[in-house]
Amino acid sequence: MFVTDRQVYVELEQSLTEQFFWQMALIRRVEQSLLELYADGLLYGTVHTSMGQEGCDVGVINALDKSRDVIFSNHRAHGQFLAYTDDVEGLIAEVMGKKTGVSRGIGGSQHLHKFNMYTNGIQGGIVSNAVGAALGEKLKKTGAVTVVFLGDGTMGQGAVYESFNMASLWSLPILFVLEDNGMAQSTPSHLEHAGNLTTRGASFGIDTQVMDAEDVLSVYSTTTRVLDWIRSRQRPYLLYARTVRLGPHSKGDDTRSVEEIEAQKRKDPLAHLANKLDINRRSDIEGTIERRILAAIKAAIEADSLETAEGG
Amino acid sequence: MPGQLTYLEDIRKGMWELLEDDPFAVVLGEDILDPYGGAFKATRGLSTHFSDRVYTTPIAEASIVGVSVGLALRGMHPVAEIMFGDFVTLAADQIVNHAAKYSTMYGQPLFLPLVIRTPMGGGRGYGPTHSQSLEKLFVGVPGLQVVAPSHFHPAGKMLQQAIQNGKPTLFIENKLLYSQALKTEGEWNGLYRESSLEPDGFPWVFVKNYPSSKKPDVCMIAYGGVSRIIEPLLIQLANDEIWVNVCLPGRISPLVGNQIVECANESRRVVIVEEGSWDFGWGAEVAARIYTACYKNLAAPIQRVGADLSVIPAARKLEDKVLVSSEKILHAVFEVIK
Repeated sequence: MFVTDRQVYVELEQSLTEQFFWQMALIRRVEQSLLELYADGLLYGTVHTSMGQEGCDVGVINALDKSRDVIFSNHRAHGQFLAYTDDVEGLIAEVMGKKTGVSRGIGGSQHLHKFNMYTNGIQGGIVSNAVGAALGEKLKKTGAVTVVFLGDGTMGQGAVYESFNMASLWSLPILFVLEDNGMAQSTPSHLEHAGNLTTRGASFGIDTQVMDAEDVLSVYSTTTRVLDWIRSRQRPYLLYARTVRLGPHSKGDDTRSVEEIEAQKRKDPLAHLANKLDINRRSDIEGTIERRILAAIKAAIEADSLETAEGG
Repeated sequence: MPGQLTYLEDIRKGMWELLEDDPFAVVLGEDILDPYGGAFKATRGLSTHFSDRVYTTPIAEASIVGVSVGLALRGMHPVAEIMFGDFVTLAADQIVNHAAKYSTMYGQPLFLPLVIRTPMGGGRGYGPTHSQSLEKLFVGVPGLQVVAPSHFHPAGKMLQQAIQNGKPTLFIENKLLYSQALKTEGEWNGLYRESSLEPDGFPWVFVKNYPSSKKPDVCMIAYGGVSRIIEPLLIQLANDEIWVNVCLPGRISPLVGNQIVECANESRRVVIVEEGSWDFGWGAEVAARIYTACYKNLAAPIQRVGADLSVIPAARKLEDKVLVSSEKILHAVFEVIK
């Protein structure tokens, strides 16, 4: 439906390449740092990294109207969270269990909330929460679109299909972003799903676009147009993003072959974007990111944890 | 008490007032539109008068609650109906891992005004999957409150209070109470009703079969639908000059306040009644608390009454045997005073 307009694409590329590289490199380095902290025994609990999905996360989040749109995400949400909030310090402190964390150390990696973003580590249920949020925003007439990120593995959950049905039935302004990295934890997609995942939306009367999420700029332009479409028609839409998972599911639990991972690395959205950037500018950005992350880690190490969980 | 609404009418009135006074209130559930007005008619009339905020839903309990959670997160005040309490297990993930977590897991308590109404209980011959009292699966879940008005409680007002206090609420209605007249004040047939309020407004109700000049022989702690069985029993026991103070919390979980302990200490003989199967039930928690606080003062072992640990049969004779009955409660009372 959305034919790529070359002119728009070129203009976007010039103005946005640097901004997106900044965000994607930040996400990549934050997540690598978290895995390093874990290896060094400074992290407790779990970390699901989104390495390889930065193109999709940054492209989609930047297309949103951050002043009003609502975001729901899952256990693998660091990338979206950073693209939306830029709160490196709050995320690192949270994963390290400190009271300076965005959820004051109660939520941890999978349970983040800031502004209009909510994440939950349970698969599927957030999709119906997002449908409810979209209904609420529609009733309040805010003009907001609600976006919910789900993975291919989550397509096994019944709640997803209940939600597709209600979103279409009630004609709600909601964007489903299905990030298909081909793997559900350790199990490849063909052992999990019958039929074709890309046509699931159509069965519920939900328009769908399949896209390759390797190129953040095209993700951004596609999402921008889709959001305009949702806002004007007040209908749900499914963006089906083919992504890669460069890291393990959690920490060091990757059972894939070296060849498989190497093949995925050739589709790395960060490497793809980095090639478009001047090498000197690129190292400036990377240096700044490095210093910011080190400072955030230092601050988190020095911060205290809560004495008691007062959240309830 | 002429002119009193029935339990069902009072709950309907509670939702009506909520929709009328609160532009953010939304009601949703299966088959709730007029002219049908819901399987038990609790929502009759609402969709006609508030058509933009009353939604009939697909048969999808998980997402009825899931959508309500999303509404509440975004500032709306949803009241969701689960047609039969038995179906609430389909929404357990949303209740336990979404509603009760969003409100507590982000470091700051989040206001989540959400009421999940559902009718529980047997006595109508609906059989094994439409007759249960499953609230014991949900009591004690941190971040969730379970409210279960008896017919001595202002049920409709309690529904509104649950929205106002901003905590996810499982609101248990009893099917056999629906047709009962609410008895929320004063004195009738030699019974005396008193109440006290928890700090956040949920009422404890005490129904006594003796005037204030006498002291109770037995403290009976119960909630919800068993009030229907207990009321005539109190009159019968008064004829035998057995004085009983029935102590009925409106919110059964979390159970706050010292009322059960005070009540137990006053009579030193305690009977706990619940409609659900008694094994590992709500009454076990109440008994443990009383034992911990008053074991030296108790004059007899605590007696518990509940449904048998059995499937609830459809045939009337068999169902009657499994469920709580006057005979079972009387037996417990005589055990505790003998």
